[in-house]
Amino acid sequence: MEELVKALTIGVTNGLIIGLIAIGYTLVYGILELINFAHADVFMLGTAFTYFATELIVRGLGIPASSTLALFLTLLALPVIMLMTAGINASIERLAYRPLRNAPRLAPLISAIGMSFVLQNVGLLLLGPSQKAVEPVLPRTDLVFFPSGAAWFGIDEIIVLSVTIPLLLALRWFVGSTRQGKAMRATAQDREASGLMGIDVNRTISLTFLIAGGMAGAAGLVVALYYGQTFFQYGLQFGLLSFTAAVLGGIGNLTGATLGGLFVGIVAAMSDRFIEAKWTSVIVFSLLILVLIFRPTGLLAEQQSERA
Amino acid sequence: MTEMVRAPRRTFPNPMAGMDDRRRQIVILAIVVALALLYPLVYRRLSDAIPFVPWPDTAVLVVCATFAILALGLNIVMGFAGLLDLGYVAFYAIGAYTTAFLASNHFGVHISWWIVLWLAVAAAAIFGVMLGAPTLKLRGDYLAIVTLGFGEIVRLVFRNLGDITIALPAILGGAVLVGPNANLTGGNVGINPIDPPIIPIPGPWGNQLIFSNQNVIASWYLVLGLLTITFFICRRLRDSKLGRAWMAIREDETAAAAMGINTVTTKLLAFSLGASFSGFAGAFTGAYNTAIFAETFSYNVSILVVVIIILGGIGSLRGVVIGAFALLYVDRTLLPWIGDNIINDPMHDLGVSTGQQILTDFKLTTYNYLIFGIVLVIMMIRRPEGLFPDAGAKAEMHGVGIAAEVTGASEAELTVLGELEEVELDDAPDPDPNAPAEPPSTTTGPEAAR
Repeated sequence: MEELVKALTIGVTNGLIIGLIAIGYTLVYGILELINFAHADVFMLGTAFTYFATELIVRGLGIPASSTLALFLTLLALPVIMLMTAGINASIERLAYRPLRNAPRLAPLISAIGMSFVLQNVGLLLLGPSQKAVEPVLPRTDLVFFPSGAAWFGIDEIIVLSVTIPLLLALRWFVGSTRQGKAMRATAQDREASGLMGIDVNRTISLTFLIAGGMAGAAGLVVALYYGQTFFQYGLQFGLLSFTAAVLGGIGNLTGATLGGLFVGIVAAMSDRFIEAKWTSVIVFSLLILVLIFRPTGLLAEQQSERA
Repeated sequence: MTEMVRAPRRTFPNPMAGMDDRRRQIVILAIVVALALLYPLVYRRLSDAIPFVPWPDTAVLVVCATFAILALGLNIVMGFAGLLDLGYVAFYAIGAYTTAFLASNHFGVHISWWIVLWLAVAAAAIFGVMLGAPTLKLRGDYLAIVTLGFGEIVRLVFRNLGDITIALPAILGGAVLVGPNANLTGGNVGINPIDPPIIPIPGPWGNQLIFSNQNVIASWYLVLGLLTITFFICRRLRDSKLGRAWMAIREDETAAAAMGINTVTTKLLAFSLGASFSGFAGAFTGAYNTAIFAETFSYNVSILVVVIIILGGIGSLRGVVIGAFALLYVDRTLLPWIGDNIINDPMHDLGVSTGQQILTDFKLTTYNYLIFGIVLVIMMIRRPEGLFPDAGAKAEMHGVGIAAEVTGASEAELTVLGELEEVELDDAPDPDPNAPAEPPSTTTGPEAAR
C-alpha cells in the first residue's frame, strides 16, 4: 500500500512534467498539423541551460548548493531559460517549417526530424556524450511520513508541482480567455479564414511556438533539478513519453495533454516499481500504439472533430 | 562527388546523356558493374599509388551495399506507397535475430545460411504485415509515430529478453513460467558467434569459401549479388500493376479506391515486401559480422535510411542506391578522414589552450548526425525531390503538381498523366538544380487534399 502511494506520488509529479512537454506537441499540432520532432530536443536544451545556470550559481558565485539562496536564484533563472527555449523554438519554426508551410505534409515532418538531430548534436556539444550531474540545489527533505515512518513525498515534489501547476493553469487561461489565445484557436480551426478575418497568421504561429518552447524550457528546468542530471538524449526519452501523453489526451486538446501526461506518468511509475524499469518504455509505447489503433482521436475527444 | 561515383553500382547520374539512348545506358551499366567487381581487387594498389585520397575500403563498401538494400526496401514503403515509416530498423533487427537464432550456438541450431536467409526474409515480412494490418487506417504522421514506437519496442524487447523471469503472482502459487533469468536473446551482450555463409568448395581461399568479415572481398560479391537481386525486384515491382497501385494510393487514396484498387491489400503488400528486403539485409549483416547486439538497431539507423532516401530521391531506385553509397561513404570514410587529417588536431590544440574538455576530445565523426540533420532540412526546403530523382517523380513534382494548381484538376487525373510521362522519359537527365522545386506529394489519404 505504501509502495502504491509512493509510486502514485512520483507518477503524478512526473506526469505533470510530461504534460508540460505534451502541451507543446499539442499546441503545435493543433495549429500546423505537424508533429514537431524537435520539440523534445528544445526541452533537452532547457535541461542543459539549467545545468549551466546551477554551475554558474554554485561554482561561479560560490553559493553552496544546499542553501536556500541557490534554490531561489535557480528559480529566478526559470524565466530566462523559458525565454531562451521559446526563442529557439520560434527560430526553428521560422527557419525549418515556415518555408514549407504549403508543402505536402511529409516535408515539414522530415524537416522537423532534421532539426531534432541538429539540436541533439548541439546538446552533445554543450554537454558531452555522458550524463552530467546537476548541482543538488533542490532540497530533498521528506515531508509526510506513513505510520510506519517511511517517507511519502518531499519538498522537491512540492517545488516541482508549484512550478508545473501554475504554468499549466496560466496556459489554459491564456489560450482560453485572451485575445491572442482566441487568435490561436481560430488559426488552428481554419488558417485561411482566420487570415481573412484579420488575424496575423504568421505572428500567431510564431507565438504558438514561443509558448510551446517556453513550456518545454520550464519542463527542462524541473527535470534537471528533480532528476539531478542532464543528458543530450533526454529529448528522445521524454519526447516519446510526452507525445504518447498528447495523443492519449486527444492531440490539439490542452486539458487532454495534461491528463494524458498524468496517465503516462502514473503508468510509468507503476511499471518502474512493480514490473521492471527496463520494460517501462515498452509498456508506454505499446500503450501508444494500442490507443492509436483503437481510438486514434485519443481517450478524450479531439476538440476539432473534423480533423479526426 | 567523384569519390562517390567511384564507389560503384549501376547508377551514374548522367548529366549529358541523350535520354532515349539505351546503348549509352548499357555501356554505363557495364562500366559501373566492372568497377564494382574490380574495385576490391585493386583497392590496395590504388591507395598505395595515390595516397592522401579517402579511398573507401572494401568493408565500407559492404556496409554501403547493406544500407542500399535497406533503403530500397524502405523506398517501397515510403517512396512508392507514401507511408512514412520511422521504425524500419525493427525489420532489420528481426532479420538479423532470426539469423542469429537459427545459425548459432545460442539455441544450438545450425541451419545453413542459404536457407536461413529466406526464413529471415519471411520473418521480416510477417512482422511487416503484423505492424501494417492494425495501422492501415492511420494518417501519415500518426503512422510515423507508431512505426517509431514499434522500432523502439523491438529493440528493447530484444535487449530485455536477455534476462527474463516470468512468474505467477504469489497468490497463484508463484510458479516460475519462464526463467528464472532466462536468456532468450543474448541481451546486451548479443549473440556471438553466428555461423557465416559458407560454400564448401576448396579453392585459392582454402577448403571452403566463408563470407564473413574475415573475407571482406568475398562478402562484397555476395552483398553485391543481394543488392542486384533487390534492385531488379524493386524495378519490376515499380513497373508492375502493384507498383502503379502503390503510386496511385500515394497520390490520392480515395481516388485510388474509387478506381477499384484494394487499398488494404496493396498497403499491406507494401509493408511486407518493404520489410522483407530488410530481412535480406539483416540476415547478411548478422552473418557477415558473425555477431549481433540489440543496441546496433537503434532509432538512428531508421533515420539514416530515411535520410538516404530523401537525399537520393524518394521513389527513385538509382537515386536511393547512389544515396546509400554516398551517405555511408561520407559517414564511414570521408568524415573520419577529414577529421583525422584536417579538423581533429587543431580542435584538440584549441581545446588544450583554452582548457575546454569538449574541444580536446573533439572527433568530427561524433557529430555526423548534425550534418545529416542539416542535410534533411536543406533538402526539404531547396530540393525535396532529392539529388537523383526519377524522371517520373520529377514530372510529378514539377510539371503535374503545377498543372494541378493551374487547372484545378484532381491529382488523381493527373497521376495518370504523370505515369504516361514516366514511361516516355524513363531516363531523363538530371533536373536543372535551379528549377523551382515543388515538394513531393507523398501524403496519404484524403487529408492530403485538406
